[in-house]
Amino acid sequence: MNSQDFEFVAQLLRKRAGIVLTGDKMYLLESRLAPLARKEGLPSIDDLIHVVRSRREERLIAQLVDVMTTSETFFFRDKTPFEHLKEAIFPILANARRGQRIRVWCAGCSTGQEPYSIAMLLDQNPALTGGVPVEIVATDISDRCLERAKQGLFTQFEVQRGLPIQMLMHYFTQQDDHWRISERLRQQVTFKKHNLIDPNFQLGKYDIVFCRNVLIYFDGAMKSEVLERIATQMNPGGFLMLGAAESVTGLSTAFESAQDRRGLFKLVNRNVKAA
Amino acid sequence: MKRCLIVDDSRVVRKVARRIVEDLRFDAEEAADGQQALDTCRKQMPDAVLLDWNMPVMNGIDFLRALRREPGGDRPVVVFCTTENDMSHIAEAMRSGANEYIMKPFDSEIIESKFSEVGLV
Repeated sequence: MNSQDFEFVAQLLRKRAGIVLTGDKMYLLESRLAPLARKEGLPSIDDLIHVVRSRREERLIAQLVDVMTTSETFFFRDKTPFEHLKEAIFPILANARRGQRIRVWCAGCSTGQEPYSIAMLLDQNPALTGGVPVEIVATDISDRCLERAKQGLFTQFEVQRGLPIQMLMHYFTQQDDHWRISERLRQQVTFKKHNLIDPNFQLGKYDIVFCRNVLIYFDGAMKSEVLERIATQMNPGGFLMLGAAESVTGLSTAFESAQDRRGLFKLVNRNVKAA
Repeated sequence: MKRCLIVDDSRVVRKVARRIVEDLRFDAEEAADGQQALDTCRKQMPDAVLLDWNMPVMNGIDFLRALRREPGGDRPVVVFCTTENDMSHIAEAMRSGANEYIMKPFDSEIIESKFSEVGLV
């Protein structure tokens, strides 16, 4: 791949998905585009990029962005966010909401392990929300991931990462060489296609936002912009959960760190601050 | 250092598993069938057992039931590691006193994930 082609793809990814692709990611680009070229019946990556550049076909551009998004995820990833939910977030919100619905948004949900983990956590701990109904909305930019997430179908490898065997036995059924999560849990999660960098997004207001290991692909300005937009989609008293190595420091004043809880941030009540 | 007994009739599988558990800072011991494993446990109970199902002489599930009847045999954390990947086998293993269950093929990530589920790492 020549540098002009690399630059073209890098710009496309930045514009469409906010993904910053530096020069050292040439190998990543090539390893992900080769299967797409094969699928399109094209002899090489160079031909694939040539076709994208000359025809500007929306379908192909969308697929190129799709294969370049990272979909790494697993059940109960990092564990602590789910402890935060159990020990702090749900009890606090259930008390504050007084019977009103609690809304959770998983931004960048990939193949669905995160929202399904939250659904399992709630199912295992029915007293956690004191009977307050919880709505889980999960979004991703990738059609490929969303399709799999909606089906709730996981490989043997995926169900062995982070998922205790008791939960596999309780919530999954075997389907050929895959495992499918129960219909009941599938119904608890609504999956929607959504691009975090789209300035016009409106998904409603949420009390809890999980946006873990997503901002790391954006540059500083885009991180700030997305955090600001997430803040406008949250109810007062809401919580934001970022990845273990992520923070809002220097990026956003809309959130403040929750004491002793790594990766967890509280929405700042701006009206109070202004007074 | 914690001790992990690897029970599998395949020398190759034992070798791969040994490397993984040693990376997780376990002292590894090996047994090629359930009877050998039981003899090892009678001398000294390990902290963890990574256990295959189908083996000659004594299979994994018979070993597990015998182990749980031994004095101090309730202590080792037993993680099955087998090609038997259907729900009835999993349920039988758990009923017989297994703590976790790995469906082969496995890799270091799966072993680490399962060992952390049962508090071994």
